[in-house]
Amino acid sequence: MKQYETVIGLEVHVELATKTKIFCSCSTEFGGAPNTHTCPVCTGMPGSLPVLNKQVVEYAMAVGLATNCKITQYCKFDRKNYFYPDNPQNYQISQLYLPICRDGKVEIETEQGKKAIGIHEIHMEEDAGKLIHDEWSDCSLVDFNRSGVPLIEIVSEPDMRSAEEVIAYLEKLRLIIQYLGASDCKLNEGSMRADVNLSVREVGTEKFGTRTEMKNLNSFKAIARAIQNETERQIDLIEEGKEVIQETRRWDDNKEYSYAMRSKEDAQDYRYFPEPDLVPIEISDEWLERVKAAQPEFRDEKKARYISEYKLPEYDADIITLYKKMADIFEEATAICKNAKKVSNYLMGETMRLLKEKNMDPEELSFSPENLAKLIKLTEDGVINGNVAKQVFAEIFEHNTDPESYVEEKGLKMNSDTEGIRKIVEEVVASHPQSVEDYKNGKEKAIGFLVGQTMKAAKGKANPGIVNQLLKEILSK
Amino acid sequence: MENIISDETIEYVGILAKLDLSGEEKEKAKKDMGSMLDYIDKLNELDTTGVEPMSHVFPVKNVFREDVVVNGDDRENILKNAPEEKDGSFMVPKTVDN
Repeated sequence: MKQYETVIGLEVHVELATKTKIFCSCSTEFGGAPNTHTCPVCTGMPGSLPVLNKQVVEYAMAVGLATNCKITQYCKFDRKNYFYPDNPQNYQISQLYLPICRDGKVEIETEQGKKAIGIHEIHMEEDAGKLIHDEWSDCSLVDFNRSGVPLIEIVSEPDMRSAEEVIAYLEKLRLIIQYLGASDCKLNEGSMRADVNLSVREVGTEKFGTRTEMKNLNSFKAIARAIQNETERQIDLIEEGKEVIQETRRWDDNKEYSYAMRSKEDAQDYRYFPEPDLVPIEISDEWLERVKAAQPEFRDEKKARYISEYKLPEYDADIITLYKKMADIFEEATAICKNAKKVSNYLMGETMRLLKEKNMDPEELSFSPENLAKLIKLTEDGVINGNVAKQVFAEIFEHNTDPESYVEEKGLKMNSDTEGIRKIVEEVVASHPQSVEDYKNGKEKAIGFLVGQTMKAAKGKANPGIVNQLLKEILSK
Repeated sequence: MENIISDETIEYVGILAKLDLSGEEKEKAKKDMGSMLDYIDKLNELDTTGVEPMSHVFPVKNVFREDVVVNGDDRENILKNAPEEKDGSFMVPKTVDN
């Protein structure tokens, strides 16, 4: 068989984190009852007029600058015409002729080293509503809450050659956009959506093969599987002497198969034209400079700083900076308690464990850095011991509880009353002769069991230093 | 008339606009479109070399809104515009995403 190579370009839609929609003052908040965030503009009522949300332009510029794009300082919107019930105006306001950003690139890490992925353009547009099929009436129900939510579409060059490169590119975009605060970029919730344009060609040929576009990819896993599947499908067609048809395909992740949505024959003719209801945007040099100056510290810089400034091991810095939320908590908590390593340990250890246990995304973390800092202070000052701290942290993680009042209320303060603890230790020793025997016969581990029993008897609050010291003292008698 | 619109073109335009045109309407539309294109040809006689394409007649730019929620829940009024409604939604003929 001949050697083939896969050529992939991506169209990534990102929902911007604005409070209001792109062309009206309706809320973009998720999860409202159907059509409670709607108005005449976003339901396409005749006579209503769109007014552009300035924040959308700023976010789009910020993403463009962070991905090394040229900003189109004179840009405008165009009207894309098509009929679909989730699109109440029968057109989508988008950008075709003068997209806000062009000619950018981001660098990804591959097994062969660094590689630049070109960005063809980034444009601003509006999202559509949501259609639900109603079995009962055999009709479709339309909810326009998402209609008019601002999107940017990031169109890459066909520079990727494998699923690994695609995922590295998406991860890079996600981190840049999350660091900018321009979106939360959740694939599973649809605030980041990737369409994969894929073709295959014989290794060594210049000419691209016929490409297909794959939609409905909701996770990195689905993307990797769909790429694998589509590559094989296209190679099989070519090997059988058949032709690849340019079409849009929908991925079914359960069946691990894609099927054609619409083929070239009834390709859409969108009849784009300049949007008459919106005036052009002119981005002054001052405005551009202001957005440039407001660019945050991105991941690579942050990671380097954590290593040099906070003396974190590279491994810690790598994991903490992987999520903007974690990095924010790390910096704020460290600023308060001045113990970077302890904060890092809580994030890398207990936080990660609880996230995994609860199947949560780090961006969903909702406890305040102040409470984590307070907890660390409580352990440093010897108010609570490590065991209790763990238990209190679980409370903070779940309910963002104030650890000081929680420890007070629940009476969790560490017990450092030596005489009181001595009594407990003596009782434990007396009631576990076997363990005592084992310890005296050189089984060092037995002391661990006795420490555990003492802690249990002291309701977990005993000062572990004192417990250890007393146990050794009593056992050596 | 300089521009003659073919039957195929009017058929295609009708499909794009989701219009079901009668034979008589088609003939009328062909004539209208032909004379519109003639008018555009007239405009094309003007030499516009070096002139930036214009999308708006008025020299207005940068009309923005601040990102502040102003609109509240107005579902009841919005749904008055629905052909039919159910469960707080617009009810429309079955549309399958395929």
